Amino acid sequence: MTIGGWIIMIASIGSVSVLLVWSIYKIMSTPEEIDHVHGFEFETPDEIADHESRR
Amino acid sequence: MVNKIKESWNSRLGVILAVSGSAVGLGNFLRFPGNVAQYGGGAFMIAYFIGFLLLGLPICWAEWIMGRRGGQAGVNSSPAILAILSGKSWMKWVGIIGIIVPVVIYMYYVYIEAWCLGYAFNFLRGDMSFQSIEESTQFWATFIGVAENGSAIGFSLNQVGIFLILCFILNFVLIYRGVSKGIELFCTYAMPALFILALIILLRVLTLGIPDANHPERNVNNGLGFMWNPNKIFLEERNTVTDEWTPVTGGEVLGAQLAVAKSKTKNDPNLRLTEVHFTEQLLKPDLWLAAVGQIFFSLSVGFGIIVTYASYMKKEDDVILSGLGAAAANEFAEVGLGGLITLPAAVLFLGTAGLAGAGLGTFDLGFKVLPLVFSSMPLGNVFGFLFFFLLFLAAVTSSLSMLQPGIAFLEEALSLKRRQSVAILGFITVLGSLFVFYFSAGIKALDTLDFWGGTFLIFILAAVEIFTFSWIIGIERGKAWAESGSIIKIPQFFWFIMGWISPLFLIIIFVLWVLSNVFGINLTGGEASPSYYFTDLFTDKNPVAWMSIAVIALVGIFSAVIIHKSPLFKNIHNSNTKGSQS
Repeated sequence: MTIGGWIIMIASIGSVSVLLVWSIYKIMSTPEEIDHVHGFEFETPDEIADHESRR
Repeated sequence: MVNKIKESWNSRLGVILAVSGSAVGLGNFLRFPGNVAQYGGGAFMIAYFIGFLLLGLPICWAEWIMGRRGGQAGVNSSPAILAILSGKSWMKWVGIIGIIVPVVIYMYYVYIEAWCLGYAFNFLRGDMSFQSIEESTQFWATFIGVAENGSAIGFSLNQVGIFLILCFILNFVLIYRGVSKGIELFCTYAMPALFILALIILLRVLTLGIPDANHPERNVNNGLGFMWNPNKIFLEERNTVTDEWTPVTGGEVLGAQLAVAKSKTKNDPNLRLTEVHFTEQLLKPDLWLAAVGQIFFSLSVGFGIIVTYASYMKKEDDVILSGLGAAAANEFAEVGLGGLITLPAAVLFLGTAGLAGAGLGTFDLGFKVLPLVFSSMPLGNVFGFLFFFLLFLAAVTSSLSMLQPGIAFLEEALSLKRRQSVAILGFITVLGSLFVFYFSAGIKALDTLDFWGGTFLIFILAAVEIFTFSWIIGIERGKAWAESGSIIKIPQFFWFIMGWISPLFLIIIFVLWVLSNVFGINLTGGEASPSYYFTDLFTDKNPVAWMSIAVIALVGIFSAVIIHKSPLFKNIHNSNTKGSQS
């Protein structure tokens, strides 16, 4: 691989890696993210309706 | 507007994994590296990143913003969202494309997904040992029935049938479980697994050194150079009759081959070395079409999927960072993993000449070249299994996303429960997939559906979306919607790009694409020759091609009839006249 190839490869992979890491960091460090977690239950409309009808 | 129990995502990370799962597919690991090598290596990447900034990311953000806003109005499908947000009831008819595209793509995508599962399974049981590209090509042709219509029907482990059934069951079980408990839960595990598998294979490929001592030029360094070098050096030979110079097969000269090639040219006046500078390559319209097309399809913009996925977000959920994060995950999978695995591995075992002979298309690389590569590799069965299982996971996370827009549309337009809408969509897609499965000769049905349904209509839908967002809704209103709940803000100059550059850039690319791929006009000069997609329909009429168009049309007509009969869409018109959604 030529020097130009190395530059293009490192710049390309580096830029998308930095973008991904920064995005994950911002997402995980935002407090509101925790508030949204409510567990995987009663998700489909059918299941919710069934659940409501049993109450 | 719609009185029903609303589905939603479980977490922001979950929706990002689901959207990136939708985007990460076979194209990241097969189509992208093939395109890069075919269209100039490093030069392609310059056009690729420009396409990402000017077209991919803006349309992606527009879809996220419109989707979440549509969800707040109580609707989840493209026809309803576009009609409500634009304030124009006729947009519900245009929005049908947002149903046609994912449903039609699903019909053949699940078929390719079954190839991946079948290849993974056959590698695992040690039944994939090839000595030549002819052998691996023959296996693929038999596996999917390329020779004759109906020849893939059967349930041996060397045929795709049983794997197609398994894929269908998996997809519909997951989609029935719903947005959060099905799609999100699966992607939460599948996406990290996919990245880990890719990293394991990447590590294996980069540590292979020189697998064949008789071919020292087949090494990792040259494999990476074939993929990434911005300037290309070709060995060309002269046709003594026409006096034209053409590259010899596999004529790209890499590394130490340069000295050998130079000595050849000294001894033979009919050979010469030509260097193509990356600036010359950037002047080729074909390169730009390929680069922008790749970024476009890779991010899944214009599929009608992101709009529907984003509609399940809450009002206070961020869309800007979520959109950026999902795009970044897709780009990392494509550039960082796909860009380092596929072609370097192929060059290591086949060399550039062997690779050029086999082809650089998605199916060539994925189902002919790579099986041969894994056959030649130590522990090839294990790594072959891991790679095709990785492709299978990537395909499932994508195919799941193709079903949700149709499910959402049926649920809201006909007030159906999920199990009813799943049953209806299941029936339609089974028929469509059986059509693709049966008409397997020359993969004509798959190819035609992919071109007109999975490419042409995507351009149209993407254009509709960006024009709706920028010119009908308006940038100022779109900006206000975007910044509600956002963790980061889109820079001011980017709104100008979204308002003007992206729509115009898309139109230019679309026109060039039609001229080149439909009418066969050579964009660098020369004679025009209509593509077979055109001749199959209008000059050398092909019945399978016409039936494929009929499948696309039937999905559209079915959707249009539902909209016509649906009280929901009449209500959208009524509420629209009051301006209640502005």
